[in-house]
Amino acid sequence: MAWDRNQMAARAAQELEDGMYVNLGIGIPTLVANYVGDKDITLQSENGMLGMGPFPYEGEEDPDLINAGKQTITELPRTAYFDSAMSFGMIRGGKIAAAILGAMEVAENGDLANWMIPGKLVKGMGGAMDLVAGVGRVIVVMDHTNKHGDSKVLKSCTLPLTGKGVVDRIITNLGVLDVAEGGLHIVECAEGVTEDELRAATEATIVD
Amino acid sequence: MKKVYGSATEALDGLLFDGMLIAAGGFGLCGIPELLIAAIRDAGTKDLTVASNNAGVDGFGLGLLLETKQVKKMISSYVGENAEFMRQYLSGELELEFNPQGTLAERMRAGGAGIPGFYTKTGVGTVIAEGKEVKTFDGHDYILERGIVADLSIVKAWKADETGNLMFRKTARNFNPPAASCGKVCVAEVEEIVPAGSLDPDKIHLPGIYVHRLIQGEHEKRIEQRTTRKRENA
Repeated sequence: MAWDRNQMAARAAQELEDGMYVNLGIGIPTLVANYVGDKDITLQSENGMLGMGPFPYEGEEDPDLINAGKQTITELPRTAYFDSAMSFGMIRGGKIAAAILGAMEVAENGDLANWMIPGKLVKGMGGAMDLVAGVGRVIVVMDHTNKHGDSKVLKSCTLPLTGKGVVDRIITNLGVLDVAEGGLHIVECAEGVTEDELRAATEATIVD
Repeated sequence: MKKVYGSATEALDGLLFDGMLIAAGGFGLCGIPELLIAAIRDAGTKDLTVASNNAGVDGFGLGLLLETKQVKKMISSYVGENAEFMRQYLSGELELEFNPQGTLAERMRAGGAGIPGFYTKTGVGTVIAEGKEVKTFDGHDYILERGIVADLSIVKAWKADETGNLMFRKTARNFNPPAASCGKVCVAEVEEIVPAGSLDPDKIHLPGIYVHRLIQGEHEKRIEQRTTRKRENA
């Protein structure tokens, strides 16, 4: 047993507090928006919007209104638009409380790799490097192991980095870990996962 | 001070030359100067370096200039939507300089604001930092990035008055203001040009000082990812 994608997203949503401005990455992080409940959260889309609303109803799509994943979206009563320089000004300037994003690898020192696999199709880092460098708190949501069963929670990253020492918390299908002095600290295990199972699936050093 | 031109081709007359650096606004296919891009394709200008967050898609946007092999180099943050781009890049026909998205936006903003370089923490300790000066401020490392000054900026806005004051619409603003500001010359295409005095001066997003030439035209405004939700029955 372990958490599925929606349970991981629901767990990540617990990280968010009333009043926060938050940037959600593509994939599982996008699902986090479904689990914020009554909390007053404002979503930032780095292409130039605060107060991102849900997808439009069919027939109401607006080509001038998209999110950073280029999907059609809607605005909310609180929405504000701005240009890309200001958007990354608020990201780099630490105004965004948290970013929740996916990863290919995370290391015990907080290094993050999520933009490039050498020799494979390279699409670019988009805004990920700016986000991890600038926001208050970086929360990674990803599967604990890859499709071959190898740990993605490593002693050191093998892929080109998105940011060095930037990750604060890792939420996987097996549990929650914090980047701490000397390694990773286990915060909790996913439902039905034992601490031994979590440790066995983790290459990184675990500290108390 | 005549800024309004009859067509994209007329507006670009005398501005294009082989090997030039062009800064283009837009994010994905949203807010891209599609008419000016098509006119540059028709002009056949070669060996272009284009600073643009994305590279269009096959057959639309900057993808048009890739098909005709007019682009020598792209400066972009994300190019994942374009098969022809990948083919040319992997075969070595096309150079690519990845910039983090915020760094690219700030390079344009800085270039337009008379700032030749700036220090940023984005990319510290990554391949982006290779070969760049590192400086420590208050115990944190930052890398030096250069402002971009382009030979020509091409942007898309929603409305303009005839003096070049621009208003954008929703997320179609994106890279257009910083891209416009960093060009030695800026040509803007808009959906509607209105007489001076028709736009509320408090609602101008980009003052006309940044805009040298203007055209009005019909925009396809293609949607890249059409996502919708189901209407709940009342």
